[in-house]
Amino acid sequence: MSMDRPRRYHAAVWDEPLVHEIGHPGRRGVVVPEVEPDVAAVAGDAAELVAPAARRRRPPSLPELSEWEVLRHYLHLSQQTLGMMGISLFGTCTMKYNPALSESLISLPQVREVHPLQHEETMQGLLEIVYRLDLALRELSGMDRFVFQPGGGADAAWLHACITRAYHAARGELAQRNEIVTTIQAHPCNSATAAAAGFKVVTLPLEENGRASLDALRAAVSERTAALMVNNPDDMGIYNPDIAEWVQTVHAAGGLCFYDHANFNGVMGKLRAGELGFDACMFMLHKTFGAPKGNGPAVGAYGCTERLAPYLPGPLVEPVGLDGDLDPSRGGTEDLPGFGRDGVRFRLVEPEAGVGRVREYLGNLPQVLKAYAWVRAMGAEGIDEASDLSVLMSNYVDARLRSIRGVTRSNPEVGAYRMEMCRYSLETLTQETGVRAVDVQNRMTDFGIDAFWLSHEPWIVPEPFTPEVGELWSKEDVDEWIDVLALVCAEAYEHPEVVRTAPHRQVTHRIDTGPLDDPARWATTWRAYRAKHRMP
Amino acid sequence: MRRFVGFLVNPLAGMGGRVGLGGSDGEQRVAEAHRRGAQPVAPARASRALHRLAARRDVGDLTVAVAPDPMGAELAEASGLRTQPLAVPIGSPTTAADTVAVARAAAAAGVDLLLFAGGDGTAADVLAAVGQSTPLLGIPAGVKMRSGVFAASPEAAGDLAADHLVRLARAPVGEVHPELLVPTEVIDAAPGGGGASTGGGGAAPTGGGGSMQSALVGVALVPRAGDGRLIGPKSSSALGSSSALDALAEAVASELDPDTLYLVGPGTTTARVLAALGLEASTLGVDAVAGGELVGHDVGEQEILGLLDGYPRTKLILGVIGGQGMLLGRGNQQLSPRVLARVSPEDVTILSSADKLVALRPALLRVDVGVEAPFPWLAGYRRVRVAPRRDMLMRVGA
Repeated sequence: MSMDRPRRYHAAVWDEPLVHEIGHPGRRGVVVPEVEPDVAAVAGDAAELVAPAARRRRPPSLPELSEWEVLRHYLHLSQQTLGMMGISLFGTCTMKYNPALSESLISLPQVREVHPLQHEETMQGLLEIVYRLDLALRELSGMDRFVFQPGGGADAAWLHACITRAYHAARGELAQRNEIVTTIQAHPCNSATAAAAGFKVVTLPLEENGRASLDALRAAVSERTAALMVNNPDDMGIYNPDIAEWVQTVHAAGGLCFYDHANFNGVMGKLRAGELGFDACMFMLHKTFGAPKGNGPAVGAYGCTERLAPYLPGPLVEPVGLDGDLDPSRGGTEDLPGFGRDGVRFRLVEPEAGVGRVREYLGNLPQVLKAYAWVRAMGAEGIDEASDLSVLMSNYVDARLRSIRGVTRSNPEVGAYRMEMCRYSLETLTQETGVRAVDVQNRMTDFGIDAFWLSHEPWIVPEPFTPEVGELWSKEDVDEWIDVLALVCAEAYEHPEVVRTAPHRQVTHRIDTGPLDDPARWATTWRAYRAKHRMP
Repeated sequence: MRRFVGFLVNPLAGMGGRVGLGGSDGEQRVAEAHRRGAQPVAPARASRALHRLAARRDVGDLTVAVAPDPMGAELAEASGLRTQPLAVPIGSPTTAADTVAVARAAAAAGVDLLLFAGGDGTAADVLAAVGQSTPLLGIPAGVKMRSGVFAASPEAAGDLAADHLVRLARAPVGEVHPELLVPTEVIDAAPGGGGASTGGGGAAPTGGGGSMQSALVGVALVPRAGDGRLIGPKSSSALGSSSALDALAEAVASELDPDTLYLVGPGTTTARVLAALGLEASTLGVDAVAGGELVGHDVGEQEILGLLDGYPRTKLILGVIGGQGMLLGRGNQQLSPRVLARVSPEDVTILSSADKLVALRPALLRVDVGVEAPFPWLAGYRRVRVAPRRDMLMRVGA
């Protein structure tokens, strides 16, 4: 099949009112029956179950609609989006297709209807899946134990900062070890969580080879060092080949080492954090492991060595009734006989010196199940091959992008191949045409291409964008993405106004993002919102 | 192939530095510098660059078109370079007009490169004379060098000039070679914040203090150097770093020990520390603080040396020049080798916004305090405080 590229596209446009503006007082989608007297006699007044301070004084102002009005409204809204089914080389976050099969798995009543407080004996199957994914991640990382409680990558980094604190406190060294070392190119959650946990942050800059240097690390570590927190490769796609020496250097000074595996897609099956000497690592199940990313529940799977395991937040899933010959460190999960059957049970245990929960219960179990399904479907060879494909496709993109006028590669002096992603700059384009990266991003949506992500650290590379292909996209899709980028860059030179005022084929024109950069307008909690808007 | 380089030195450049004048622009400032006992600094620095150039055998057949003394002839001959005099009458003392006249004569003689020693004022005069007709390269010898035409050090200037000549020799004859050159900004003090170069300034203040307004004078062509031997123009901080720096200044101010003398270097970052103490900073000069009081405002080397005797311990609080990464040697020559010799390495606090540091290419803080004092403690990695409880590690080099 041949196709004109780029595709012609225009978003559906509905003159759709706000949900509060449709419907009619008294209209209902579902009429809930009155509580039967026998039930009410046992359960009491439902309102009494809500703490008095949390009860509303007045009923909320909710729209009143029939079921089909609701469905039509949200169908229209969904039609006005790109639906995340366009071509999204979002970047710095590994975007993967989430199989519909996984959605049906988590809809099974054994998953959907489990309550976290029900007895462990009644959810053995789910506990087995948690344990099996733990074993699989041990295989991939060389760590000794995983928890899935953190609700995202930054949450896992936060857990590491907490465990670092507990570890040094237990050794009586916390007062002395008050510094966490990271690099300017590490994901900002590392320095942010270190600071939030009360540590002083020491940041290493990038040097001529595009990396922070081992010499700088040596100068930074001391008896005050509590931990090192780094990514590798970084978002420039540059791998630090000295990483084992980095770990040795920090260990020699008495610090712990945390591997932020946000960029695991480039090294899956190629290296294991434990073999590099790391004490802990983090995987994002909602990215790398085939569960949805963005606006949904997330899981930052945190793994550590035996040394740190006592500080993990409970509950942990442990098998009971397993004989000693089922030591999981000997191999994968395939040949563990009798799991969940034949008297092998799973129980929930609290670690002896746990740091306390960072989230509720066992974490977002539907995401854990999806990740487990992905691991089993891919297998060890599949995961390894996915990593190869990611790096190959990223370098294919690199070769094509570098021929586009106005696009330059970050750290152009570093000639080495980049890994699963690379950061580029549109600074030249901006200087020559006035068109900025955000304009290009907007204009690309006019061709049905999802907006790309710029950078976690826009102050390092001006006008950045960081496409990441992963193993998912076909060559046709990737070529279309690049063709559109090339077209928009050429357009910037010929008709810059068209790009600067984009999008033109979307429902919403420009959104004023200024308030996003204005701390005075931020309200991260309801209390802060009320205070800022002087609400009682 | 015969290579031809123009050379001039502004003999008065940089004199205001050690005596705390923040510049040497204008007759008034030069007179004040002499009154404060300032010694010439530019000729010696120019000589270091010339010796480096003369030592480069790979340059081949080189002739230097030189200005009459005291603007360079004797220095060039002493370095062993073959010279050819430029017939330009110059005044005594020299003025900005002399700089312009010599630069014009060198360009008219068809030099491949015009090497000059001075500061921002000299660069502005040279650019006004030759524009982009002749590539320029500055030997850093002034007080402030915010323009991008200056090499990182006199030695780097000599090397860079030699590299450029070697590359020219390899390039096809008789063609323009834009790939060997890069455009860079020449920046000088704006009206009200200083003057033009020596002799040209009108209302030049007699102290270093005052506003730091600077203006883009023009764009010069300089030899391409991808390895950091040429320093880019000074850049301003990005938005958003202000609150972090204010919080940092509060933290630094709250940590001051009452019995110690603090020498606070120039710049808007360090000025925030004085502001946090309720003191008025000179911003362009060095201020001295002890016991929460300002004990010296816009002080020169001699005053600093006098102050040092009165306190058991002295600490330095320094900023970083954005875009260049200069730590010592530009705009703060009052902190001379004699002063630095009496400060211990752990008593140096460096303050900067994080974005200023990450914008440095290469990621290097520079020190240029003269050959007579190598100060090994200034080299290597040092911590720079970028916010309360946040440090960045930066390499310090020449």
